[in-house]
Amino acid sequence: MAELVLMRKAYGEALVQLGRDNPDVVVLSADVSNSDFSYMFQEAFPDRFFNVGIAEQCLIDVAVGLAYCGKIPFANSFAFLLATRALEMVRTHCCYGEANVKLMAAYGGVSDSFDGPTHHAITDIAIMRSLPNMTVVVPSDTVAVAKLLPQVAAWRGAVYFRMNRNEVPVLFDHAYEPKIGKAVDVRPGKDVTLIGTGLMLSRCLEAAEILADEGIDARVMEMHTIKPLDADAVVKAARGTGALVTAEEHNIIGGLGAAVTEVISDAYPVPVKRVGIPDRFAETGPYAALLDRYGMAVADVVKAARAAVAAKR
Amino acid sequence: MHYHSESLIRDLSAKAQSFRIQVLKMVYNAQSGHLGGAFSVAEILTALFFHHLRLDPSRPDWPERDRLLFSKGHACAMLYTAMAYRGFFPVEELMTFRQLDSRLQGHPDRVKLPGVEMCAGPLGQGVAIGVGMALALRMDQSKPSAVTAPSARASRARVYVVLGDGEINAGVVWEGAMAAAKYRLGNLTAILDYNGVQQTGAVADVMPIEPVAAKWEAFGWHVQEIDGHNMGEILNALDRADEVHARPSIIIAHTTKGKGVSFMEYDNRWHGMPPNKEQYERALAELEEGLRTWQNWS
Repeated sequence: MAELVLMRKAYGEALVQLGRDNPDVVVLSADVSNSDFSYMFQEAFPDRFFNVGIAEQCLIDVAVGLAYCGKIPFANSFAFLLATRALEMVRTHCCYGEANVKLMAAYGGVSDSFDGPTHHAITDIAIMRSLPNMTVVVPSDTVAVAKLLPQVAAWRGAVYFRMNRNEVPVLFDHAYEPKIGKAVDVRPGKDVTLIGTGLMLSRCLEAAEILADEGIDARVMEMHTIKPLDADAVVKAARGTGALVTAEEHNIIGGLGAAVTEVISDAYPVPVKRVGIPDRFAETGPYAALLDRYGMAVADVVKAARAAVAAKR
Repeated sequence: MHYHSESLIRDLSAKAQSFRIQVLKMVYNAQSGHLGGAFSVAEILTALFFHHLRLDPSRPDWPERDRLLFSKGHACAMLYTAMAYRGFFPVEELMTFRQLDSRLQGHPDRVKLPGVEMCAGPLGQGVAIGVGMALALRMDQSKPSAVTAPSARASRARVYVVLGDGEINAGVVWEGAMAAAKYRLGNLTAILDYNGVQQTGAVADVMPIEPVAAKWEAFGWHVQEIDGHNMGEILNALDRADEVHARPSIIIAHTTKGKGVSFMEYDNRWHGMPPNKEQYERALAELEEGLRTWQNWS
């Protein structure tokens, strides 16, 4: 069993390192800095940290103003608030106006499990992915957070960086060198490719073990960047294994699964099965139990893989 | 406070009136656009672009420039006109307003048109974006003062936000207003174009904003109230606002929607309606008559 590490703490540490490396980085909060751990940046660089209060629309607009004057603002709030309450500001200024704002989306998916569906973010990837000029990145573990965050800072334009609230399995080591926009091969296989993002990557790896016992040789690919999607990698996986499964902590509508099927239906149609929340709100409860109950169990990935393989001609 | 000569006031007032004529032609030509709120803000924008702001039209990205955030984006025909005559782009381009391939989009696009500091149209956002800019400018300006004396005001870029009265219905305006006061942004000045009319009726009926001066005072802002068509009062108020220390400042400029055209004044129907030929000719005649009054004023 992989070691478990708190993703938001890894984020706080990565943010402080970024602050040391780049004096233009500033951090904004809508008064949840002790939830998302951006308080660590505040402690290290109090003059470069701004708490605008419980005002997510203002959070984005203030970040936009800072960006237009050459700063690299990291605006922190809960994923659902950035993607819904602050959405018009994001669309008009970060996307249309090309403000170089980094949206740090805490509590992605159902990871804020006990706070319930008001605090779950299950539509954010779909929303953000549909905006021109937006880049969407979902790290799978704490190593990915540390490795991707400096790239987010250096990336030209707005980025939606969606993180997990909880302790997550550490999947990668220092040899891991992700690049925004490029898929990562995690496990070879020839019968089906499991494409996972965020926490669901770890569940894809668990599923691959089970499938191996059944004689299905599953390849596993990490898709940390959902937009721009690594279409070449997706098509190659389709050609190589003839069937795909996507797995994400998100509504099955509009997220990674949709992005993959959009590519595949044009370029190289093969069976694609999507694992995610079946277009409904979840409920309050323990995190792992919610994932299991709402369509994102390891067994759901296994089942989808079997179905995808069976659908191959 | 600086002395402003009568000739300066006359010249700027005449310029503002001539810009109304230009705007009328643009909206008539496009058969689309917003006249009422453009006419009400003519003197304010003229005072800013032709006297108060530190700008270099040949370098729209000059880091030391003052930032003008035109938050009431629908009235952009007047913004474009002031920018063109100030030298940001050729005056001839004004007649491409709202046409295909134009840089003069229906609402301002900062990417297409250098010199535009923010995209606007979805209302209410100039104040909060101005807060971000004022914070950034202050961070940069404070760098040398850590080891030397603070530099003179004359070398410091400031942020100016022009907002409409209807748009302060939006909650994010007040979120930004609180943040500006929290961060003691003495380098931020807002000018409220209080023309009293919004899209579907009088501001007082649609969503009463009074007591508006007391609201901004209660939010921690320095408040002045002026006649927003009186060039001398505008120039004085802008100077005074620059001198306010450690808190943001707002100039509540009482104006008339549709100013300068008798049948458009105070009438919400002229918020977003283009004139027909007969209306255009009547409006043009009235505006030209007003311009002659300024030109003959001594």
